[in-house]
Amino acid sequence: MNVNKYQVKGFLKVFFIHLFLVVITLSCLFPLFWMLRSAVMTNQTIFVDKSFIPSEIHLENFMKAWVEGNFGMYFLNSVVYTVSVVVGIVIISSMAAYAFSRLQFPGKNFFFYMFVAAMMIPLPGSFVPLYVLMNKLGLVNTRFGYILCMINVGLSMSILLLKTFFDKMPVDLEDAARIDGCGKFGIWWHVALPLARPAIAVIVIFNSLNVWNEYILAQLLLNEPELMPLQRGLMVFQGSHLVDYPLLMAGLTIAALPIVLVYLLMQKHIIKGLTSGAVVG
Amino acid sequence: MKKILGIFLCLILLVGCVKRQQDPNTITFWHWMTDRHESFQKLAQKYEAETGIKVRVDLYAPSDAYTQRIVASAQARVLPDIFGILDKKEIFASFIESGFVADLTEYFKADGGQWESSLFSKALDVNSFKEGNIYNIKPGIYGVPIDVTNIQMLYNKKLLQKAGINNPPKTFDEFLVAIKALKQIGVPGFVSGWGELWMADCFASNYAFNIMGEEKVIATYRGEVPYTDPDWIKVFNVFKTLNANGAFYEGIVTKPNKEAEQDFALERVAFAFNGSWCVNVYHGMNPDLEYGAMLPPAINPDLPVRIWGGAGASFVVNDSSLRKQKAVDFLKWLTAKDQQEFIAEETKNLPANRRALSSIPEILSEFARGGDYTTHPTIWEYNENPLVSEKFTKGLQSIIIGEKTPEQVAAEVQEIKQREIKKDAQKMLTK
Amino acid sequence: MMSLIKTKTAAFYNIKNNVENYLFIVPAVAIFTIFYIFPFIDIFNLSLHEWNGISLTRKFVGLQNFKELFQDEVWWKSFGNACYITLIALTFQNALAFALALACDREIRMKQFYRIVFFLPPVLSEVVVGLIWRWILNPGMQNGEYYGLLNYVLHHLGLDQLINNWLSDPKTALTCIAVVHSWKGFGWGFIMLLAGLQTIDRQLYEAAKVDGANSWNTFRHVTVPMMIPVILVVVILTVLGSMQVFVLIISMVGQGLVDYTEVPVTRILAAMMGTNRFGYACAMGVNFGLVLILISLTMKKVSDRMKQA
Repeated sequence: MNVNKYQVKGFLKVFFIHLFLVVITLSCLFPLFWMLRSAVMTNQTIFVDKSFIPSEIHLENFMKAWVEGNFGMYFLNSVVYTVSVVVGIVIISSMAAYAFSRLQFPGKNFFFYMFVAAMMIPLPGSFVPLYVLMNKLGLVNTRFGYILCMINVGLSMSILLLKTFFDKMPVDLEDAARIDGCGKFGIWWHVALPLARPAIAVIVIFNSLNVWNEYILAQLLLNEPELMPLQRGLMVFQGSHLVDYPLLMAGLTIAALPIVLVYLLMQKHIIKGLTSGAVVG
Repeated sequence: MKKILGIFLCLILLVGCVKRQQDPNTITFWHWMTDRHESFQKLAQKYEAETGIKVRVDLYAPSDAYTQRIVASAQARVLPDIFGILDKKEIFASFIESGFVADLTEYFKADGGQWESSLFSKALDVNSFKEGNIYNIKPGIYGVPIDVTNIQMLYNKKLLQKAGINNPPKTFDEFLVAIKALKQIGVPGFVSGWGELWMADCFASNYAFNIMGEEKVIATYRGEVPYTDPDWIKVFNVFKTLNANGAFYEGIVTKPNKEAEQDFALERVAFAFNGSWCVNVYHGMNPDLEYGAMLPPAINPDLPVRIWGGAGASFVVNDSSLRKQKAVDFLKWLTAKDQQEFIAEETKNLPANRRALSSIPEILSEFARGGDYTTHPTIWEYNENPLVSEKFTKGLQSIIIGEKTPEQVAAEVQEIKQREIKKDAQKMLTK
Repeated sequence: MMSLIKTKTAAFYNIKNNVENYLFIVPAVAIFTIFYIFPFIDIFNLSLHEWNGISLTRKFVGLQNFKELFQDEVWWKSFGNACYITLIALTFQNALAFALALACDREIRMKQFYRIVFFLPPVLSEVVVGLIWRWILNPGMQNGEYYGLLNYVLHHLGLDQLINNWLSDPKTALTCIAVVHSWKGFGWGFIMLLAGLQTIDRQLYEAAKVDGANSWNTFRHVTVPMMIPVILVVVILTVLGSMQVFVLIISMVGQGLVDYTEVPVTRILAAMMGTNRFGYACAMGVNFGLVLILISLTMKKVSDRMKQA
């Protein structure tokens, strides 16, 4: 069989692409493997046993981590916070981004750049004025207060991302909807949001990750264990002096799973996106 | 789908708005020690059973998050009844000045001095302000220590024996000999968690006290002795010499203490520099470890070697609390013999109560014996300016990685010191 | 008369229009004002004072904190370090993300799998990442064998001259941190660039093929121009994120290797917690923000010019 040079070239191309992908993949999978491996060992063997697959496997560490870390309660709290914050951000930031992109009103640019500037000015030491303010508003130690605070954290970036996306949106669809009698909110809800699905998916992933992994603000604003998120449960394994590494790794693995799940669900939307032929011609 | 989301959201908001009322008869107790949370909770239950008074134990960890919480709560005026101040004496003074911390001297005197004498005086000193202190705080006791720690050197008996050394080194020269012998058999000499700058500072301070004595060190802090003084160069040279002899375990300058503890517990290194809390940690990682505690080997035979020690964890009482007497009673109960023995047992740490000493494991008694040599920055009458301290410890790092000489570092630190002295002088003028 | 009514009606509708438009941004602005603006005003105010965080009195010192800041060598060095990390992130991290996105944009097998895997590093907490990489880069030895993975592999490959005290060597510490940061972050760039790539109409590629363009030309003339908005967003987010990195640094080198691993945020924390100077820390924060805004404005000017080109 004659193999022409184009076929060889094509094959090499695919080969190197795959090689590249595999190497990067290994470097990404390695930590996960390391975490799993550590999670099933004991505190004594964890630094001594050098073998790839540990000789003794303690699967019960996962159960132990769940129970000792009181994960059930913290897990539920984290889910509540993540869902509320993400839904809140998607609605509030998409409304604002739509307005900045498509609507006219005095001071539009001022407000937009204000949000963008906020991303650049970190507020160190803001925990003191924030706490005093929250205390005055009676929002300390409430879920609502924490949720609002976390919504604020993700607002700027989400608005920026969505505005960029809305700017790229074709105007014809909007005009069509307007002719059909849709008011501004209608256009936003029925046209803009569905079209922005990939960007919204990115925002969902980004903010879910932020809220899920957050604990500094949680420690500051919440008093009771009943309101604390998952990261607090993980703190139990990181004693001020004694660290229970296997349980900590088991706990971290459990904690990482839901976020990966969210990503799995959302990344479909990133890919589906505009290729579903919404625009013709 | 949208409807469900909407209902869900409303539910959350409703749930979120429920506020919990504080029970006026519950004492609020905030701490930062994850390892002891369970013990404290057990003690709180015991206290309630004995006296009927509820104690609510809340944990905020790690200690940085705890400090943030305390600072924010202070400003919002919602401090709990009992809390801890994990900071310098100057900040402790600021808390008292601002009315956040109660003066406990009267409570200590109330039972004729019995409570006071049951506790180690050095532990109490950490929580007291003496006559004529520079912070202008009324002399007295302002906090209650509930345990005692000190920081010494540890040595691995097995590894030393393998190198042919049967007794732990008592002088610096003996120490260098030991390091050489260990190198011969391929064992790294010394490790410590110097990625946490204060530990390197502690080591330097110990040798400073040994080389020139407490008086001169404090005089330096006051600005009367320059850092370029030959005695200080000797202190810097300690690090240079140890580095030149290859004593330091690789990566010591950026090593977190937890990692250093692993290194020692898993017998990778022969010597360590750590606090008495390490007993619990080493036990968790390697119960068969054979080790002992010793003072840092002396350079100057004429002056004692001083180590840092005193109170481990201390608690203060909120001055605006409506339950002050109850809070003090609880703290007094915590420092009583039974509770102290319980805490020492559970956390393998040294008790603050002298009479609870009988029930500690052997290795801890070795730590306890060093108690006579302890000192601590919080009991010195004058502390170094933190900016100068920062430059000092970073200078130690530079010496260890071999990028600067002791003389260079001394000159740089002295430069910062001059600048700060000038600034303080100006401040005095504008006051 | 009619024209007066018309103008009045027009004015009324104009106001109604504006009010409706404002409603869109009201929730965002409200939350933002409460949780950002108020603390910001306090921070700005604090930067003009001296305060230790506790005391009931704050001493007004005007612009003295800023004056001191301009002469603070360590502060500007930390800025340089952050810029270095950002540079590595912009080049290494984003080039990697783009290459991977391109690779996954085609119809290759296991596309789904790769997409999941590349997002794993961002999901990991900094604590874990710090622990793992500290182990990999550990320079110590145990029982005659190198304990850290990197040195171990180098030794066994016979590349002993490359063995180093990675995180404790001034020459390599910051680079290691920058590489780990890039490794952890490329997943974000990856999904955003992939999303952007997926929105490019396939017909454009086909048209290019019909015109006889090879893959490089297609890339240059079709892909890149269409991707510029997304690339810009990724660049801005990379810059902002990399300049503000700090948790990773603390978990990898503790309080740092002299001044070689300091970044602006660690300096701010050191001022707050280490030397108890809240006023100075706030001045640092304000200064940092202003510099970042300057950088962003410059980037925007550059991007505008690129768009015109």
